Amino acid sequence: MSIKEIEQEIIDEFALFTDWMEKYEYLIELGKNLPLIDEAQKKEENLIEGCQSRVWLSCSLEDGKLVFKADSDAIITKGIISLLVRVYSNQKPEDILSSDFGFIETIGLKENLSPTRANGLVSMIAKIRDYATANCA
Amino acid sequence: MDIRGTFPILERMVYGKELVYLDNAATSQKPASVLELEDRMYREFNANIHRAVHLLSGESTDLYEAGREAVRAFINAPSRENVIFTSGTTNSINLLATCFTERYIRKGDKVIVSQAEHHSNIVPWQIALGKVGASLEVIPVDDRGELRMDIFYRMLDQHVKLVSVAHVSNVLGIVNPVEEIVAAAHSRNIPVALDGAQGIVHSKVDVQAIDCEFYSFSGHKIYTPTGIGILYGKKEYLDEMPPYMGGGDMIDKVTFEKTTYAPLPLKYEAGTQNYVAAACFAPALAYASDARVDERIVPYMMEKLQQIEGLHLYGVPENLERKVPVFSFTVDGTHPSDIAQILDKLGFALRSGHVCAEPLMHRLGVPGILRASFAPYNTFEDCEKFIKALGRVLDMLK
Repeated sequence: MSIKEIEQEIIDEFALFTDWMEKYEYLIELGKNLPLIDEAQKKEENLIEGCQSRVWLSCSLEDGKLVFKADSDAIITKGIISLLVRVYSNQKPEDILSSDFGFIETIGLKENLSPTRANGLVSMIAKIRDYATANCA
Repeated sequence: MDIRGTFPILERMVYGKELVYLDNAATSQKPASVLELEDRMYREFNANIHRAVHLLSGESTDLYEAGREAVRAFINAPSRENVIFTSGTTNSINLLATCFTERYIRKGDKVIVSQAEHHSNIVPWQIALGKVGASLEVIPVDDRGELRMDIFYRMLDQHVKLVSVAHVSNVLGIVNPVEEIVAAAHSRNIPVALDGAQGIVHSKVDVQAIDCEFYSFSGHKIYTPTGIGILYGKKEYLDEMPPYMGGGDMIDKVTFEKTTYAPLPLKYEAGTQNYVAAACFAPALAYASDARVDERIVPYMMEKLQQIEGLHLYGVPENLERKVPVFSFTVDGTHPSDIAQILDKLGFALRSGHVCAEPLMHRLGVPGILRASFAPYNTFEDCEKFIKALGRVLDMLK
């Protein structure tokens, strides 16, 4: 599926929730199901340090597509990461760069992307873009 | 008295729920009396202080000095000369670290702090001491969060030039034995500075009874607007230390060849001060004098929190009379930021993270904690609601 299609799928899923608690319950589920990054990949160069929580992100290039694996020590952050991985992993670098990462705002999680939150997510998005830029043909 | 009605912000709803504000150790909400004075200052009395002969300047100066007098009385300082206005605790300690170090500290000397300090009582000393080749010595805390006084006694030697510790830790909520610290330090002729950012809110502070040389605190944690704080100091030290900043209002005579400085307390008050916030100390401390946190809250929270499976509470003194309503904890298998985020959506404002005390986090072996801190305007019902909500959140996360 394309980035746009997956984004729409997530937006539709979140439209079903009527309150914050349901949204968080879903994110917690996602966080619990996120395949853990290999312990070996939880190394310094993959660590994105935030004041509140820490995020690890690794990236590899497979058949011209970027494959992301990620983890966090906080479960809600991990849930949001799993959405980002679902959207941007297995996509071509140029497609990632042309995306605006706007779906997070659409599903009402924009506050989690505020730089002052310092939960590592803003840096994670910047890093996804960096990987895409570096691997652009 | 309708306590909550006194604080307009507590009427606010968040995400359609009633706000339960439990981040009081970070900053307090403001009573209507403070908000009214702040508003009136700008509408009726606004003019720069200590400068002009016109009526507004006189009125503004009187209110500024009335704020100082309110502080002097509140902490029982001997005179207005002992009460320096700063921009907050951080500014007070930076002033002290800079000026005290310049006057009294030389290469190889030491300043004692504790493991439970806020960064504001660590970093200013590192900066100042680093310039002269002096260093910090650290009193460890035990597993309860109490200072290891046995080790402290052994640390006091001829190289120690100052002991600078928190009156009450912002994480542990334990009132440190400051009288004992002062007595021990004084027996070796070592002065003592107290970081009173939390202590001023929860303890009766009588600087003459404590007999400390310095006591720092912020206004905003004790109901004034932000941007004002206090450095209390004994006169002999304030007289001997050099000024901190140069500028207007801190001078006596200025020529290009030589400048002499204003008498205390203005010697340390260069530039236009936050005279509006300073004046607000009068209504803020009038409120603080009468306000007490519901005394059922500490025992209830200590009991209920410790009943939660997997919860670790930090700061559990032997004697509960030395515990203030600041509760820091972690829960096995959960991350503090997750709990704080979900509680936020349920209307509870509290703090998560390292709360500006990273060395203490290292001692506790956690990356961060969750902190609920109470004020007199929190009701016992807030506390019951909080325990219930916390249980619900933990069920979600486990």
